Parts: sequence; structure tokens; C-alpha cells
Amino acid sequence: MRQETKLDIALNCPVPIAATESILLGHGSGGRMSAKLLREILLPALQNPVLDRLDDQAIVDVDGSRIAFTTDTFVVKPLFFPGGDIGTLAVNGTVNDLAMGGAKPLFLSLALILEEGLPFDTLRRVMESIRVASALAGVVVVTGDTKVVEKGNGDGLFVNTSGIGLVSSDVRLSADRARPGDLVLLSGTIGDHGITILSQREGLEFESAVHSDTAALHGLVADMLRASGAIRCLRDPTRGGLSSSLNEIAERSNVSIELQESAIPIRDEVQGACEMLGLDPLYVANEGKLVAVVEPAAEESILEAMRQHPLGRDARIIGTVTDSHRGMVTLRTRLGTSRIVDLLSGDQLPRIC
Amino acid sequence: MKYLDEYRDEKIARGIVAELGRRATRPWVLMEICGGQTHTLMRYGIDEMLPAGIELVHGPGCPVCVTSLETIDKAIEIASRPDVTLISYGDMLRVPGSRTDLFHVKAQGGDVRVVYSPTEALKFARAHPARKVVFFAIGFETTAPANAMAVWQAKREGLGNFSMLASHVLVPPAIRALLGSRRNRVQGFIGPGHVCTVMGYREYEELIREFRVPIVVGGFEPLDLLEAILMLVKQLEEGRAEVENQYVRAASYEGNLLAQKVLREVFEVCDRKWRGIGGIRESGLNLREEYSAFDADRIFGTEGVAADEPAECISAEVLQGLKKPMDCSAFGTRCTPENPLGAPMVSSEGACAAYYRYRRHALTAKANR
Repeated sequence: MRQETKLDIALNCPVPIAATESILLGHGSGGRMSAKLLREILLPALQNPVLDRLDDQAIVDVDGSRIAFTTDTFVVKPLFFPGGDIGTLAVNGTVNDLAMGGAKPLFLSLALILEEGLPFDTLRRVMESIRVASALAGVVVVTGDTKVVEKGNGDGLFVNTSGIGLVSSDVRLSADRARPGDLVLLSGTIGDHGITILSQREGLEFESAVHSDTAALHGLVADMLRASGAIRCLRDPTRGGLSSSLNEIAERSNVSIELQESAIPIRDEVQGACEMLGLDPLYVANEGKLVAVVEPAAEESILEAMRQHPLGRDARIIGTVTDSHRGMVTLRTRLGTSRIVDLLSGDQLPRIC
Repeated sequence: MKYLDEYRDEKIARGIVAELGRRATRPWVLMEICGGQTHTLMRYGIDEMLPAGIELVHGPGCPVCVTSLETIDKAIEIASRPDVTLISYGDMLRVPGSRTDLFHVKAQGGDVRVVYSPTEALKFARAHPARKVVFFAIGFETTAPANAMAVWQAKREGLGNFSMLASHVLVPPAIRALLGSRRNRVQGFIGPGHVCTVMGYREYEELIREFRVPIVVGGFEPLDLLEAILMLVKQLEEGRAEVENQYVRAASYEGNLLAQKVLREVFEVCDRKWRGIGGIRESGLNLREEYSAFDADRIFGTEGVAADEPAECISAEVLQGLKKPMDCSAFGTRCTPENPLGAPMVSSEGACAAYYRYRRHALTAKANR
């Protein structure tokens, strides 16, 4: 052999990087790094039984009323994108967090962090979107706050909304309630929002006909709850995608979720973009979809109710809850084989080839 | 989805597997070269479908994984400078260098950006003349032409604030090194489809003359890989050793001549160190002397940066197909994608990461039995 390769001795390998001592972008991904941050730094300081449930919203009892309460901050780039903008997201996102607890959303707060130099025109456009989105969702913005930070200390505009809603006494939805034998329903196509944002991002621009699916889901949820009391839990698979929501349910309920790859609806444009960028649509964000775990035998009436609603027209069964690999989500591939749908560490990164 | 679902059809896949079962009269050890192929094999559980005697081992074709530690260290050093914007492909940011990675450099205030094509880096350099824009160019022959084109274009435009930290690697020398190792057990190769789309597969004939081992250029979809495996097994069973092309819809004998021309214009072959393997002679591409004004390594004086890779994980064995990721005692415990001990756990195309991401449940199922 002519080469000076050292193949015959075990070489190599980097030392692992010491546990990070500062925030990285991946801590905001909704994946494993986010969970670790929550578990190790945020929750220990605050522990209480309501927070520890880790649902999308807290449900607290006040003088006999069940009040749902949630908050969310929006840091999207670009601020405007096909299908919506940061304003529509900020309203729908918080409305949806309330809706996933089965609440009727009522009031929102709105906090704006404005970067020095942000054009009034941009702010006006966003405020108009917030007005329209809250009118459509039937919620009222009743309080707010504005802060301005120096140029370079913000990304134009950050928005925080908090929301309050009411939950009726017979509704109990939570990620720890899934049981083997339950069915998993999905309201429509996945990945639309995330691919829309990615296609607009600096350095990755590509032409695409896809637009964000941002929408308020509480009407759909109300119809589902009316159709059946057999819904165990609801999640809107936003950041981290369908996979992260289902992994959360599998872990919290200590069950396994088995998905059918061929049953998960994905638009051709989204699939195509994912193929091109080396991304998995199961991890791409949605802003107007929900996933439901329901008791067996109730799925027909719930699916029927979903399909009657404009936001649930493509609703279908995508999987079942089992006890075979507790805490894990698996996927039956098109080839009939099985693989894990893991919780990602940080953000999904476009692959090199 | 049209043009994709056709390559993921269960019935056809089962048909090929049945045919494999009929053809294979004895065990065979095959290697797929490309990380992208490893990814597909794991993602679709293809190794699970194969007849028992056919073993797949996973080659060194993950460009992110095999980029040497010192190259990563150079990128980190350059990206840490306040006047530099370092631009790269997404998954390079996570790769650990000796002490840190580019994500951490970014968190400390370094200007590190992700693009999908080097032309985006050029665009950025034009728009930000006060920044020193460095494109971190890694990859096999697949990405080399586009990177070459970016440098060629920068020279033509006289774009003085653009440069490239180039660390390309070449497939044929790596196969030669694997086959020349006395511990080699690979009997046939699934050739790198994308690399051959650029380079053609002429140069693989020489390997076959030297080592008498069948090579089938394969694609990246499940049926591509199954068909390539079947073609390899047929050759082996019939005692043939030829280069065959399964990936006819993209790869050809001559390859993309224009891309090769650009590549030769800007790059020249050099010796290269591979992470997890070691030095392989004439296995890399560097910028030619005529383009040295765009060589970030020279501009920022990082030529002297050296790093020793401590022996800790078994990635040399994994990358040669001597061991499976799950044979490693650190797999999934001390070594995970969050905290990779070695190269193959770093990128989603690395063998260990692919096993971790898609096949861990098989491991727990085994442990529970």
C-alpha cells in the first residue's frame, strides 16, 4: 500500500466539550436542550404543582372558576412572511396555547420590545394584524406594555402576549393522560409554517408556493369537545414540530406512540423543500395544527367533527398509543420497517449534501 | 410525492429483498460510502429488511464527521476575530474542535452564519465590504465545484474581502486506504452517487484493477440502495468485480465535465488528515497558488494550528466497518449527539448519530428481552 494511512491503529476522536455555561441558540429549539434548560435552571427555582404539569397553559381554580393562563414570546425573522406576520402569530399562538387546555380564550395582554430605528410603518402593519387576528379569534387585548431597546439590542420587534380563558368543569386535557390503545389524530398537513419561514430567511432563500398555516384553533377544539368527552390531550405542534409534541406526550404519559409514515399529510412543496435542505418535516414548526390523543371508539365522532371545521378538513388518524417502547415515539416507515422519531438535540440544521 | 414515492415503494422493496434472499448463498460484507446513504439506510430501516447474511458497514463518507480537528480549530480561531464573518453549511456549527465549537463562538459574539450555497456567502461579501467574509468550505467532490466557482467568481470581481477556508476530501483515496488496510473486511462498495454525478465513475475502475472488488454507484433513496445491494451481491456471487452504475438517472461515466473543469481550475490535490482515520496521501483539495489571495488559512495565519486527536472512542473501527456503533460502550450514554465523543456522532449523517437517532429502540428491545 502506498499511503501513509494509520488505519491499523485506533486513532482519533475529540474530547467532548464541557457542558455549556452559557445560552446557545439550540436552547430555544424546543428539543432536548430546551428541556434540559427548563429542568436544570428554570423549574428548580419555581417548583409548584401547577407549573410542574408543564402543559401549554396553566389551569388554576379561582373561586370555583377554572381559569386557563398562558404566555408566549415571539421572535420571528423575518417579521412578515407569506400567510402572516409576527402580529398574527402572537395572537394565534397564545390563543392556541389556551385552546389546547380546552379553554375558551377571552383576554390577551400585549408587550412590545421595540428596537431603536424600527419604522412606524412596520409597527402599524403589525398592530393592524394584531387587531384583525384578535377580532377573528374573538379575544380582546386588555392590557399592554412597550419598551424600547438600543439599536443592535433587538431584532426590530419582539412581541409577548399572555392570555386568559375559561375551562368548563368537565374538560380534563393533559399530556400525562394518554393510555395504550388510544389513537392519535392530526388536524392537517405538517411543516407549512416552518418551511415558509425558512424559505424567507437570509442566505437560504428559495422560491416556494407554501405559506404559513397560522390560525386560531379554539373553534376547532370547541367542536371536538362538543362531539366527544373522550379526548385525552391536545397539543399544537409548534416549535420542534409534531415529533416534539408527541415525544412530550409519550414521556409524560409513559407510553409509546407508533406513527404510520404514510398517514401523515405533507404538502408536496413542504416535502420537496425538506428533501432539498435535508430536513425532516416531523420536526418542522406548525402554527395552525393540532394533534389529539383520543380514546378508542371515540375517533369516528371526533374526526367527523374535525372534518366539518375549515381548519380540520384534512384530519386523520396518524398513529396509536402502545406500551412497547415506553417514552419513545416510533414510526412505521413506508417500507414496513420501524424507526425512532427522536427528540432533537437543538435546531434542525440544513445538511451539507 | 411524485418522483420520490416511486423510490420508496414497499412492494418493490420486498421484491428486491426476496431476490436478494434467493441470490445470496453465503454471507457478504458491503459498505456504503456516503453519509447520506447511511442516513437513508437507518431512516428506512433497510438493514432490518436484508437477509441475515448480508451485512452493511458504514463508510467514512460524512464530510462533516471526517473534517479534521485542526481544520475546525482554524475555523474557530478565524470566526473569533471581531472583523470576520464566518459562513458555513449548517451542520458544521455543531462539530466540536479541541476546545469549543462554532455555536459557542457565535454565543460569545462571533459573527457566524449559515447558508445553503457558497454564492450566498459571495452575496454577503459584496453587501458588506467592511467585513472580512470567510466561507468554510468542506465536503467531498460533490460540494467542491460550487465552492470553486465562488472563489473563481470572487477573483474575477476582485472581491478583496472574501476568502475561503477550504478542506475538501476525495472519495477514491479513502476507499484505497480502506482496502489497503490489513484489517479490511469489506467485499463490495456502494459507490457515492452524488460524488459520481460530479466526477463520473471512471476513476473507480482503477481501484477495481488494483483490489478486485465490486463497486456499484448507488443513489440515496431506499430502492436505489436495495437495488445497488442486489447488484453487488450478483457480482459477488458470480465472481465478478466491476464498476456498475445503479444511479443512472444522475451519475454517468464521465460525470459533469464543466464542474470538473472549474474544480481543477481552482483546487489542487493535497494530502489530507481525516478525523477518525488519520492522514491519507493525496486525499484532499486545497486552493491553487493562483488563488492564494483567497486562502483564509494564509490570510489569517492559521497554517500552524495543530491538534492531536486523543484516542478515546472507537470511531476508527466504526469508519472502517470493523465495529458497529452499538459495540461502543459509550454509545448513547457518554456519547450522544448533544455531547459527541467522536466524529460519527457529530452530524446526522455520521454512522453513530444515525443509529442513535433511528435505531435506539431496537437496542432497548434487545436489552429488555
